Amino acid sequence: MFAQMLNELPSFFSYYNLLFFAKALGTTFALSAIGCIVGFTLGFALAAIRLTTHPALTPLRVAVTLFTELFRRIPFLVTLMLVFFVFQAMNADLGMFTVALISVCVIATAFIAEIVRSGLESVHHNQWDAAATLNFSYWQTLRLVVVPQAWKIILPPVFGFFVLFIKDTALASQIGVVELAFAGKTMNNKGFSAALVYGTVLMLYFALSYPLARFGKYLETRLAPTRNR
Amino acid sequence: MPQLEIVDLKANYGAHTVLERINLNVEKGEIVSLIGPSGSGKSTLLRVLMGLLPPISGNVRIDGQVLDYKNVHQLRTIRSRMAIVFQQYNLFQNMTVLENVTVAPIKVKGRPRREVEDYAIHLLEKVGMGGKLKAYPDQLSGGQQQRVAIARALALQPGIMLLDEVTAALDPELVNEVLDTVRLLAADGMTMFIVSHEMGFVREVSSKVVFMDGGHVVEMGSAQQIFDAPQQARTREFVGKILRH
Repeated sequence: MFAQMLNELPSFFSYYNLLFFAKALGTTFALSAIGCIVGFTLGFALAAIRLTTHPALTPLRVAVTLFTELFRRIPFLVTLMLVFFVFQAMNADLGMFTVALISVCVIATAFIAEIVRSGLESVHHNQWDAAATLNFSYWQTLRLVVVPQAWKIILPPVFGFFVLFIKDTALASQIGVVELAFAGKTMNNKGFSAALVYGTVLMLYFALSYPLARFGKYLETRLAPTRNR
Repeated sequence: MPQLEIVDLKANYGAHTVLERINLNVEKGEIVSLIGPSGSGKSTLLRVLMGLLPPISGNVRIDGQVLDYKNVHQLRTIRSRMAIVFQQYNLFQNMTVLENVTVAPIKVKGRPRREVEDYAIHLLEKVGMGGKLKAYPDQLSGGQQQRVAIARALALQPGIMLLDEVTAALDPELVNEVLDTVRLLAADGMTMFIVSHEMGFVREVSSKVVFMDGGHVVEMGSAQQIFDAPQQARTREFVGKILRH
């Protein structure tokens, strides 16, 4: 098998195949990066809305809670199909990449909103009381007191989710998006040995996710709230 | 005119009434101590006064002005005129001692950083914490944290200070360093509400002692009256028990 793989190497790493893999890697990276950034931003916003107490915001809180609880419970593939068919029913002419991107953003937002909510709630309530009696607004309390203390709780599961999430973007291949998993399948269909193809795909996924995990660890230490840095 | 008037105040936790028919006047410079068994409503009264638990009925007047706890702007006024020091200090764990004391005047009141820091350093020196400006709360003893909490409350220049069992969480040998700080405030003429189980201290500093039980004010009077000649049987029972120990 190794001899066969060695024989395949020159044609496998041809210029066009490398370009094909690079494009697929770019797609996986774009889906993951945009999903992470949008998911983190919107997830934070949704978590902050869920923790408000003002009666006027109750409808918004209910909507946010429904969104979060619903999309955390639906498999990614189902969300992907849902987005695909909803846009099709609306006659919206969206590319497959856009459909996949919307799906990953929806899923990432729902999961991160829940991680952030539990992280913010883990900060002792006496910190909220102290901020309230010092006349901090809700947003000042979050920004100056609660979020800086919650980072240490929020970041490990968020980056754990990001790493899982990069792998989940492989499901976008189901609707024809040419990302890493799709590229692997295509190359395998072209006749290259599965071990060589998926070994390469494995390394590319690792190359994407390992630096992200290290970055998470760095942020965790950097943003630790006290002397225990 | 009393600096603080509490008129027929009532508060609930859910369906359970925790304070009822609270009527109390506090003159400027008075030190009012709230005593009573656990669960009698002393700390709850302070939480209600700070708007952490909105009252169901009754009202609170500061300098003759009736303040509505449901109105956000008036709640801000209440919290700018009164400051509370909590039993568990409640210092912001992500901030240094100096940041804890300066954050509200700078971020909430928008006062110049330099001016606020100079005043904060003066206050921290006054409470004996001038050498710990860059320390984080978890690097300090309980007594030190409590003194920083007192400086933080003073930094907003409140008219009335509420001290909620400020020595209850401290080791016995740290109690005095906090009580000395409170004595300093008393000597400056600060109006204070003190919830405390340190009866010797209550007797020493209070202009008025209020005995509470079951969410009601049972009796109030001078320290001498409450401790030496209580009028109510429940007060006599409580004072008799605590003075025996």
